[in-house]
Formats: sequence, structure tokens, C-alpha cells
Amino acid sequence: MITFEGVTKRYPDGTVAVDDLSLKAPTGAITVFVGPSGCGKTTSLRMINRMIDATSGRILLDDQDVRAIDPPTLRRGIGYVIQQAGLFPHRKIVDNVATVPYLLGWDKKKARARAMELLELVGLDSKLAGRYPFQLSGGQQQRVGVARALAADPPVLLMDEPFSAVDPIVRASLQDELLHLQSELHKTIVFVTHDIDEAIKLGDTVAVLRVGGRLAQMADPATLLSEPADDFVREFLGKDRGIRRLSFVPATGVRLGSAPTDLEVDEDTRPLGWRSNGGLLPYGTFNPERDSLRAALDAALLSPNGTAIAVDGDGRVIGVATRDALDEALTRQGTSPGERVSEPDREVPASDTRRAES
Amino acid sequence: MNDEPLVRWDWIARNWDNGGPSAIRTLLESHVVMALLPVVFGLLVALPLGVACARWRWLYQPTAGLMNVVYSLPSLVLFSIFLSVTGLTQSTVIIPLTLFTLAILIPAVVDGLRSVPEHVRQSAVAMGFRPLRRLLQVELPVAVPVVLGGLRVATVSSISLVSVGALIGQGGLGNLFIDGWQRQFPTPIVVGIVLIVLFAVLSDGLLVLAQRLLTPWSRARRSAA
Repeated sequence: MITFEGVTKRYPDGTVAVDDLSLKAPTGAITVFVGPSGCGKTTSLRMINRMIDATSGRILLDDQDVRAIDPPTLRRGIGYVIQQAGLFPHRKIVDNVATVPYLLGWDKKKARARAMELLELVGLDSKLAGRYPFQLSGGQQQRVGVARALAADPPVLLMDEPFSAVDPIVRASLQDELLHLQSELHKTIVFVTHDIDEAIKLGDTVAVLRVGGRLAQMADPATLLSEPADDFVREFLGKDRGIRRLSFVPATGVRLGSAPTDLEVDEDTRPLGWRSNGGLLPYGTFNPERDSLRAALDAALLSPNGTAIAVDGDGRVIGVATRDALDEALTRQGTSPGERVSEPDREVPASDTRRAES
Repeated sequence: MNDEPLVRWDWIARNWDNGGPSAIRTLLESHVVMALLPVVFGLLVALPLGVACARWRWLYQPTAGLMNVVYSLPSLVLFSIFLSVTGLTQSTVIIPLTLFTLAILIPAVVDGLRSVPEHVRQSAVAMGFRPLRRLLQVELPVAVPVVLGGLRVATVSSISLVSVGALIGQGGLGNLFIDGWQRQFPTPIVVGIVLIVLFAVLSDGLLVLAQRLLTPWSRARRSAA
């Protein structure tokens, strides 16, 4: 657990970067600091590992004030991922990853073996270990950055806009991989971004900061979308809050009917398309056990007849959700706006339908 | 000089190693010493001074200004100044050339350290490097290509400037020029020029080789860019 207690950062020229910030970043969860530039999100992050020292207030790492720990020692126990990866250009990838183990005095063989494990963990080919950073793509460099931050297995990971310098497709896959890694590693992660969609996708908790370094709202993504605290947060969240919020509502409650006869399936009962006199029409699928109501709605919109096909984990048809059934689910949703979703559904809504179509 | 051939090989053969102070071999050796020692001394002094100038910005302007003044002085003037201190010795050439080398290498070290990308420096801090280790293991290694660039300029310029020392009798191969002019005899002049150029080309080639071996990451980066 990382605790900010009335933390303020004021620079000598009088600029206040962070103003009386109090919040808790829970152990084993991803806390996202999001806000426009000048909101003090990076400053707040850097005060955790003392790259910047607070003017007043305290930051506690578990129960220890970070100001009581010698900065280099503190930093070796906290993973850090920076925007342009910040890899050392003169060191091979394996040695970049082994940086903190070397600093901690591990012997070279052990440090390198650990580095190789991490390269595998972040999905990099071991052949890249002997290369130099410039020989890697931006996305690969960013993966190395994550591997390096994890090398000494720190309980806490600080990530400062780590994915903002890569193209959108690579960014999405890096985000998915981070969530996958986190589901295994359960680190305490503080993640800084200016991208609200990234915040909503990654955060267990999202702290929205406004210019001048004040906390505007701190909540889980579903609550943030349904109950923004004020106009600033509402505006910052942008359009389509209602639709986006459905990503956090599981599709388990959608009433399923039996598959109609005009649904063509293969011998394993996987869908092939809707029969019509001109051939097969496109369709959309969702997995009620895993997907969100948004994915179900999306699947319905992809079918010309407005019916979403429900499939199991193997892609076999288990039923269909008609417009009426979806409407009921949406209405239930609308009548209980304060409902909390205990396990937010993080599937990218389009991914399942995309796979089903291919 | 009318009937005199440009190069008289018999003169070269006789004077290559005649045992005296004006033997070509002896002059070459003293030229190497007087040209390279200033580069070595210069590098040893420029590294700490350059690091200091990069860390304390206020120090850099006066240091660079002073070095530029020194560099703007004709080498002969500096040799004359030191002549009264160190007399007719190699030091009278080596000390001024060390100062010239500093004028090239201090800015090279400062520029090299400034060439370290900010995100690299920041990430070194965030990984938990202490300042000295960060300097030795991250900042200076990343600065090496720029520093080596300055070292190449300093080396070639030092090799060429030693010849001016001939005017105070300590010019290494430069002494051959005086000898040739005084006697209207071109062979020593040609020998001096050829050896100096060969020495400079060889030194520069070795530095390029050193750069390739020391910084494989930098050469590749340039060709990739």
C-alpha cells in the first residue's frame, strides 16, 4: 500500500505542482493517475521514489515514510518504467534488464539468468538478448523497459506514461500484456497517463487530477463513468460514457433463447452465418461468461437481424440474445446506476467478434 | 635546387639512424613523444574538468573562455613564453600542446555528457544508481563517441603543431624542414612531410578502430539512422 498524506510540492518560484494530495494506492492493484498536462501526475509519481521530494506531507510505503530511506536504496526496491523506455544505449538488452540485480550486487551469471527469464515473461525472443537497444522496435524497447523494472522482483512498480510513445496497435497489445502480467504478479502499480481510455482500461482505481495538482475524483472506472464528481471530470471523461460504462457490466445476466433455424453452424456447432436467399450474412458473437454487456450489444449490432450469438469458451453456440433480451439487460442496468461490478470485465469488446469472424 | 632531385634516397639511408641527435629515427621518436604525451595529459585533465563543467554549469563559460583565449594564441608565442621557464627541452613544447589539447577536449567531454539523453539519465537515477557509479557506468560510456571525436581532432592537431617547435630547436620531424630550407635541400623536407602525414593518418586510423571496438552500439546507430 502506498499512502499519500497531505502531500504538497511547491517549487521555489511559487508554482504548486501538487496540492495537498491524500490518497491510497492499494497493494496488488493498479492505481492510475490521470489528468491533463500540468496536473502534477508525474510529479506525484516521482515523489514516491524520491526522484522529487515533497515540500510537505508524507508518502508511506506500507508503513514506512519514504523520506526515511536513502534514495538509491529505496529506488532499487521500486520498479520504474519511463516513457521512451530509457534503455542504456551502450548495454546489450540482457544487461539492460539485469541493471538492478547488478546494482544489488548479484553475480553476473545469476543476474543474466534472471534477465533471460524476464525477457521470456514479457514475450521477447531470447535472440534479442545480445542486441543493443537501437536494434529493437519501440514496442520491443518498451517491453524491455518493463522487464528491467521487474528484474529484482520489486513489490511496487511505477509507470510514467510508458506506452504513450508507441503506435495505437502496439499500445493496445502492451496494455493487454500488462494486465496479463499483473494477473500473475499482483504488483502494487502506480501508472501515470494523460489518456483517459488507457486509465479506464488499466486501472483498478483511477485518480483524476486537475491542473494545479488537486485530486478531482478517485474511484473505480465504472463508478467514474457513471458518477463523475463534477464538470471537470465529466468533460475529461469525454463522450460515450454510457456505452463505455457497459464494458464493466458482465453479460452473464442476459436472457438467452435457443438458436433459430436460420443460423448456420458447422459440425462442432460453431456459427457460420445467418442464412438468407443470397448466401450467409455476417454475425457477431459474445461469451456471456467472460464478456461485457458492451460486447454483447456490439455483437447484436454486427448482425443484420440484430440478434447476438452467445458462444462458450470454445466458440460453440449456446444460444442467442435478441434485441428484447439485450434491452431488458440494459434496462436493469439503467435502474441500478450505483451498482458496483466486483470483477470488472476487461476484454476489449471488439476482440471476440473479430476472432469469430475470421 | 636546379639539378637537385626531389628525394635523394642515399641521404635518407645515411641519416635514418646515424647515431646523432639529427637522425631521422631520433627525430621521429621525439615527434611521437611530443605529440602524443600532450594528448594523454590533456585527456587526463579534461575528463575531470569536463565532468565538473557539465555538473556545475557556471564553471563552463569561464573555463571555455579561457581555453579559447589560449587556443587563439599562436603556438610560437606559447612556446616562447614557456622557453623562459622550461628552457630548450621537450617540456617547452609538451606543456603548450597540452593546453591546446585541453581547449579541444574539455568542450568535447562537456558536449559528450550533454549528449546523454535525459530519459537515459532519469532512468539511471530511477534504477538506483548513485552519482559516481552513474557517471562511470552510464554517462561517460554514452559520451564516448563525442569524446573520441574530439580526441581525433586533438591528436592530429598536436602531431602537426609539434613541427612549429623546430623554431626553438624542439620540433621533432619539424627540424627537418629547417634543415632543408637552410641548405636549399628538398629531401629532408619531403621526408618530414611524408612521415608526419603517415604518423597522423596512422594515429587517426587507430582511434577510429578504437571507436569501433569501444562503441559497437554507436556505429550501428549511425548507420541505422
